[in-house]
Amino acid sequence: MAVAETLPSLTIDGVPLKVKLARAERSRKLKAVGLVLPLFAFVVLTFLYPIVVLAQKSILNEETIGRLTRTNEALANWDGVSVPDEAAFAALAVDLKQAQERREASEIAKRINSEFSGAMSRFKSVTRKVADMESGPYKEVFLSSDEIWSDPALWRVIRSVSNTYTPYYWLTAVDLRQGAEGLERAPAGEAIFLDVYARTFWIAGVVTVLTLILGFPVAYLLATQPAHRANILMIFVMLPFWTSLLVRTTAWFVLLRSEGPLNDLAEMIVNNRFEMIFTRFGTIVAMTHIQLPFTLLPIYSVMKTIPPSHVRAARSLGAGPFHAFWKVYFPQTVPGIAAGCLLTFILCLGYYITPALVGGPRDQMVSYYVAYYMNNVINFGQAAALGMMLLIITMVLYWAYNRLVGIDKMKLG
Amino acid sequence: MSTSANSFVNFIDVQKSYDGETLVVKDLNLSIRRGEFLTLLGPSGSGKTTTLMMLAGFEVPTHGRIELDGREINNLAPHKRNIGMVFQNYALFPHMTVEENLGFPLAVRKLPKAEIDAKIDRALAMVQLSQMRKRRPAQLSGGQQQRVALARALVFDPKLVLMDEPLGALDKQLREHMQIEIKHIHQSLGVTVVYVTHDQSEALTMSDRVAVFNDGAIQQLATPADLYERPQNSFVAQFIGENNRLSGVVTELNGSHCRVKVGEAGDIRALPVGIGNVGARTTLSLRPERVRINPTNGACANQFEARVEELIYLGDHTRARVQVLGHANFVVKVPNAEGVPDLKPGSTIRIGWRTEDCRALDAF
Repeated sequence: MAVAETLPSLTIDGVPLKVKLARAERSRKLKAVGLVLPLFAFVVLTFLYPIVVLAQKSILNEETIGRLTRTNEALANWDGVSVPDEAAFAALAVDLKQAQERREASEIAKRINSEFSGAMSRFKSVTRKVADMESGPYKEVFLSSDEIWSDPALWRVIRSVSNTYTPYYWLTAVDLRQGAEGLERAPAGEAIFLDVYARTFWIAGVVTVLTLILGFPVAYLLATQPAHRANILMIFVMLPFWTSLLVRTTAWFVLLRSEGPLNDLAEMIVNNRFEMIFTRFGTIVAMTHIQLPFTLLPIYSVMKTIPPSHVRAARSLGAGPFHAFWKVYFPQTVPGIAAGCLLTFILCLGYYITPALVGGPRDQMVSYYVAYYMNNVINFGQAAALGMMLLIITMVLYWAYNRLVGIDKMKLG
Repeated sequence: MSTSANSFVNFIDVQKSYDGETLVVKDLNLSIRRGEFLTLLGPSGSGKTTTLMMLAGFEVPTHGRIELDGREINNLAPHKRNIGMVFQNYALFPHMTVEENLGFPLAVRKLPKAEIDAKIDRALAMVQLSQMRKRRPAQLSGGQQQRVALARALVFDPKLVLMDEPLGALDKQLREHMQIEIKHIHQSLGVTVVYVTHDQSEALTMSDRVAVFNDGAIQQLATPADLYERPQNSFVAQFIGENNRLSGVVTELNGSHCRVKVGEAGDIRALPVGIGNVGARTTLSLRPERVRINPTNGACANQFEARVEELIYLGDHTRARVQVLGHANFVVKVPNAEGVPDLKPGSTIRIGWRTEDCRALDAF
């Protein structure tokens, strides 16, 4: 008996039970994998892969990669504050000559210009000069071309750009830059992104709170009405949900216009027109309208699961109507509130089209700048850094939420 | 109905309608004594739960008065009635521990902390759950949740406790155990209990009196024994316990007994309870255990030939379905005792019953 217990369990024909079990379950497992595979591949291809690519772009010196290798080597031992020696000038000259031949010089100039404004024209003129030279010394040529070449700040930029990786985009995204003594705050005129993030969070927060205040009573009404009436009310909630986001935003554009119906009404009543379009007010009103169902539906679905007998029990135990609601009903809706608010808040962080159409220049959110760097400036690195930053903040929020409330407690419906 | 001196709850001419067209409760007059265990028994939709909800304050009577301890409570809010209530699915607050659930009615009443603790201790000891103080309802079994609900309804010492099918979700064994336990708690505390159920055995086990509801009205209000032994109409006879029904026409009526013609050949002597005059239709009600097989001649006034159709062996007794007087679903309970004849399906036997065991009730 003691010996039999130490041996692996066998089936009747002597095959170990584990082997037999794996064989018996194999086709079922393969089928399960087969069903999941298409969506998995789709998610990897359209979601994970772009994120990885963007994450790379945000730290890569794409315009200069492999084009300033000699300069990079020559500047390896430079102290960063004095004017570099002839070797560095020579290396840069050779790199520029090569770039000129390959028609890549303007890209390098543009990249350096983005960190050191005014560098573009100086680069172009010096490139033209060194292109005609067979050999050095180059230092005098550079220095006589423009006094900017004796500025260590420019050389610091050149050294930074000649590396494969750069922290520049990420630093810019948080209004920092590399100065002579390490990190320093960006000058007032260029430091805009912290403000943009603060604004993004502020708008998302206000919209979340507004949708909660407006949505909670409606969700309660829906959850407590008899089914036929609740269904009709539900259609009113869902109808805007089914309409295109762009259509709804445009509708708000029409409504809020200074010549729009709301202002016509205001003109009639108080004999005054209000500035509503292209304001923070307009942005928040339109976003609240669009986000309302996202906050409401999880709350509603949680409320549906709370038996009416709970409030009745509280009443029979001596609690007044408000006390029963606040101590017994409301705490049970918290998972729904948390889910709805988190959903709305995260969706709000990524708003682009609505602030762009009904908001003013001071109401544009992070996504607007991502789009701006993507489409107008063609600076993928900066767009990627801004986008990744938003992604990280969202993940941190999600993590914090998970620690505080617990994702398993969240109910989306 | 007159309101006697020791009545605690009174329903006086109470009517209730939800839609303004049909009455769910029709002209209810009910007086509940102090310290009594009264059960409202009836099929679903009979108005028993509505009656309970009106007493709890969650429904308003459309007409009539409800009095509690001599005071009209028609318009008194539920939380001011001081009535404990146990709900069908317990309605324990899932976000609170057992302790917090029990403390809820006490905290609402702003009792001092020490007193709250003492009361919770006592209530949990009563339902034998003292070690479960810190658990949440979801961590308790169905039976334990039921006990917590019971303790919560009693912890603030209400004079009246309402129970709305509190044992419906429990399995049979636990349910029977809890019936006895609730009965003992009632006896030791002396509170008045109004209990709603559709389970007749539960009603008979626990109650001092049972009000049988049907169609929005009380059909009979009596002690469990009276209800079973002396049903006043055919609904009660049919609803409580097992019952053989024979419909016929009254042919003779003289005070203590009557004769009823059933089918072509049947002439049955019965006890008149709720019948009209000679010629009126009636339903005879006869408990299966009161039917005797091969009766001695003098013992039973009614004796008939019957054919055994089916036998079901149930251990302590055997159910015999026989055909008698053209009725094929006549059931006889044969106790598993010495001297009982061995029955065979298809055989013909003689059965008989006494006049007073056969009650002539209203036509069903």
